[in-house]
Amino acid sequence: MFPDSKIPSGPLAEKWTKHQFDLKLVNPSNRRKYDIIVVGTGLGGAAAAASFAEMGYNVKAFSFHESPRRAHSIAAQGGINAAKNYPNDGDSVFRLFYDTIKGGDYRSREANVYRLAEVSNAIIDQCVAQGIPFAREYGGLLDNRSFGGAQVSRTFYARGQTGQQLLLGAYSSLVRQMHKGKVQFFPRHEMLEPVLIDGEAKGIITRNLVTGEISSHSANAVVLATGGYGNVFFLSTNAMASNGTAAWRAYKKGAYFANPSFTQIHPTCIPVASEHQSKLTLMSESLRNDGRVWVPKKVGDDRHPNDIPEDDRDYYLERLYPSFGNLVPRDVASRRAKEMCDEGRGVGPTKLAVYLDFEDAINRMGKDQVTAKYGNLFDMYQQITGEDPYKVPMRIYPAVHYTMGGIWVDYNLMTTVPGLYVLGEANFSDHGANRLGASALMQGLADGYFVIPYTIGDYLSKKLGEEVSTDHDAFKEATSNVNERLNKLISINGNRTVDRIHKELGLIMWDHVGMARDKGGLETAIEKIPTLREEFWSNVKISGKLDELNPELEKAGRLADFLELGELMARDGLNREESCGGHFRTEYQTEDNEALRDDENFTYVAAWEHKGDTSSPELHKEELEFENVELTTRSYK
Amino acid sequence: MKIQIKVWRQSNAKSEGKFSTYPLDGVSEDMSFFEMLDSLNDNLVMGGKDPIAFDHDCREGICGTCGIFINGRAHGPIRGVTTCQLHMRSFQNGETIVVEPWRAKAFPIIRDLIVDRQSFDRVMESGGYISINAGNAQDANVIPIAKENSDLAMDAAACIGCGACAATCKNSSAMLFVSAKVSQFALLPQGQPERSNRVKNMVDQMDEEGFGNCTNTGACEVECPKEISLVNIARMNREFLKASIM
Repeated sequence: MFPDSKIPSGPLAEKWTKHQFDLKLVNPSNRRKYDIIVVGTGLGGAAAAASFAEMGYNVKAFSFHESPRRAHSIAAQGGINAAKNYPNDGDSVFRLFYDTIKGGDYRSREANVYRLAEVSNAIIDQCVAQGIPFAREYGGLLDNRSFGGAQVSRTFYARGQTGQQLLLGAYSSLVRQMHKGKVQFFPRHEMLEPVLIDGEAKGIITRNLVTGEISSHSANAVVLATGGYGNVFFLSTNAMASNGTAAWRAYKKGAYFANPSFTQIHPTCIPVASEHQSKLTLMSESLRNDGRVWVPKKVGDDRHPNDIPEDDRDYYLERLYPSFGNLVPRDVASRRAKEMCDEGRGVGPTKLAVYLDFEDAINRMGKDQVTAKYGNLFDMYQQITGEDPYKVPMRIYPAVHYTMGGIWVDYNLMTTVPGLYVLGEANFSDHGANRLGASALMQGLADGYFVIPYTIGDYLSKKLGEEVSTDHDAFKEATSNVNERLNKLISINGNRTVDRIHKELGLIMWDHVGMARDKGGLETAIEKIPTLREEFWSNVKISGKLDELNPELEKAGRLADFLELGELMARDGLNREESCGGHFRTEYQTEDNEALRDDENFTYVAAWEHKGDTSSPELHKEELEFENVELTTRSYK
Repeated sequence: MKIQIKVWRQSNAKSEGKFSTYPLDGVSEDMSFFEMLDSLNDNLVMGGKDPIAFDHDCREGICGTCGIFINGRAHGPIRGVTTCQLHMRSFQNGETIVVEPWRAKAFPIIRDLIVDRQSFDRVMESGGYISINAGNAQDANVIPIAKENSDLAMDAAACIGCGACAATCKNSSAMLFVSAKVSQFALLPQGQPERSNRVKNMVDQMDEEGFGNCTNTGACEVECPKEISLVNIARMNREFLKASIM
């Protein structure tokens, strides 16, 4: 029997309100009797930690960064969606809900997505009240722009640095609570194990990344907000330290992992330039508001882009999708770019790129206006490539950007382990098989400010008076597991560095579990990854010691988990014999090369349960029920 | 390209540091500065030596984690970029590149090029916020804000907290960093209720952390990767004066 997803009954628009009333509360004077651990202090984690503290709970917050302000949420450029309908162009909570469900190719829960749309407006209010300088019109009111997968302007933005401003807003709320002593922050601490007592999450084991000290921390509940696992591909737009370890450790302690293969490949990234490349840089989707994507019509047209006349250019997105044009959702834009390159019409030295051209925008709005809107992105592009995008079209190519999959959570954001919650990108909940632009910031903050503060009380209320101590045997056992694993890693002393093995894993993932997948490729990945894992555990070379700052050791621990997670991603992709959103199985496509869903057999969340290191994971299916939208083939034509 | 890296090595906060020089061959000009260091570290690890520890994360110039002196310049030779955005095409074949950590009393060295910048967080804790609990906010469009002020607030809010300003300043002053936050909130209506206390508390904390005073040399502005303006320091001085005499 699948665990209860706790989706409230009743009409869609009333579910959350009704649920909030049905949830048990913790009396304000009792809240100070509870400790909550929050791991990760990006948008979701910082918002949750600050909100818990504001309510009166005691919070211990952990980050492997030196400061909460460093989290990778900071890198989100384009914006955050909300259903304010300030532009008066027909937006509504239902439309935001509908666009998000459709954008996710009908593989997410109606109730969760509706709640997300419902609280979206409160997020904007909260952020403005925190002093976040969103873009404004001359009249002093907030400005909006459009993002992929929507025909309304609902995206709020702060230049090309929206993620930075929202994170610094959450950070400001968090430091305010640190100052009051309600949040104790542990910088440069990495969580290596959750600790379960009688099957419930009651603490974590961490490693102090400066001293190497392993320590135990107890609480009445544990919240993970540890981000996505896109770095399993080695090259991605994620920050270098972003990893799947906390989520994976939770999985191995009994939390189900849902839809692990659902990966978002972002269409507008700067192409790979050399074999030394360490990461990929995203160019915001907002550029597709004004930039036009094209490739030469002829295969092997090596002329300089400025010498290729209009008639010899193929603006393929505008041609294939007249109504959405360059603003089709990310999965569609990425797949089409790959197709163009596969046809031999790719551009640039590697031929793995397409043009994103601003010539028309500059002619229409003037260079100054383009600079005002996108100046920092243009500068970044020029810095990295050495080319001036005001004069020569940008070259872009898809890159791994976000993972829709993640730890399975119920409507309360609780995992299959009682007392263990997961927020933001680390959970699977709201984006189905494809996330729309400007929705990640929305989900992180929705989870942190407006969902978990309500839902966690329902669990905690039943634990009044519960004493949790790190003296419990469960902490000792978890500590010894952590120590054993670290000792094993450092003693291998083989012949290959962590990065070299990680790059090999990345290639396997990109070739077989990337933008286009098929049965044979996925089976190859399932065969190759365990071999590489063996190679890692027998031949990795880690310098330095355990009791000091040791970046190689940190990377090795994360890679060890990626080497297991990658295999689960391939298994999940193999199981899902359909195409949906970012999961494109070449065997399942329409005549127009669009994703072909199989609603009869695959309208479910695939939730995987760990069954020990020597057995295969067990698949559980959470059937998705759609009462308010009709499942149609997504069309952006 | 073939280069030499002359880099500060220090195994922890208590030990003494020194420069070590490493040759590196096969550097391509498309490599980022950190990809060059990755490549050097790969060689070091394979040779059984400790790699050079450096702070970095997003590698797209926004998280503020990275920051080192390169040939005596914070974040290297190019204006308006962070270390992670610097590419090897900015250096010459055969060059010896000198790499050092931030040098400031309030940023003690942790290892090699990594320093401890928690002093910045403590300054923020002392007042770098608007006191608003989740759930309290009114509709976002209730208070119009002149676009000019909003844009100026955004200019200040663009600070990434990397510490280049304080590390560059001959007095190790953190005035540019602190004034960016003070300015952001002083320019917005939401920041008004706590305006006086904020500037006083943040300046007090800044002093307590051991940051020096500002003598208006303007080096911070020159080296700031986000080109935060010195005007913010002037604004903070005015805010501080006003708060102190009122």
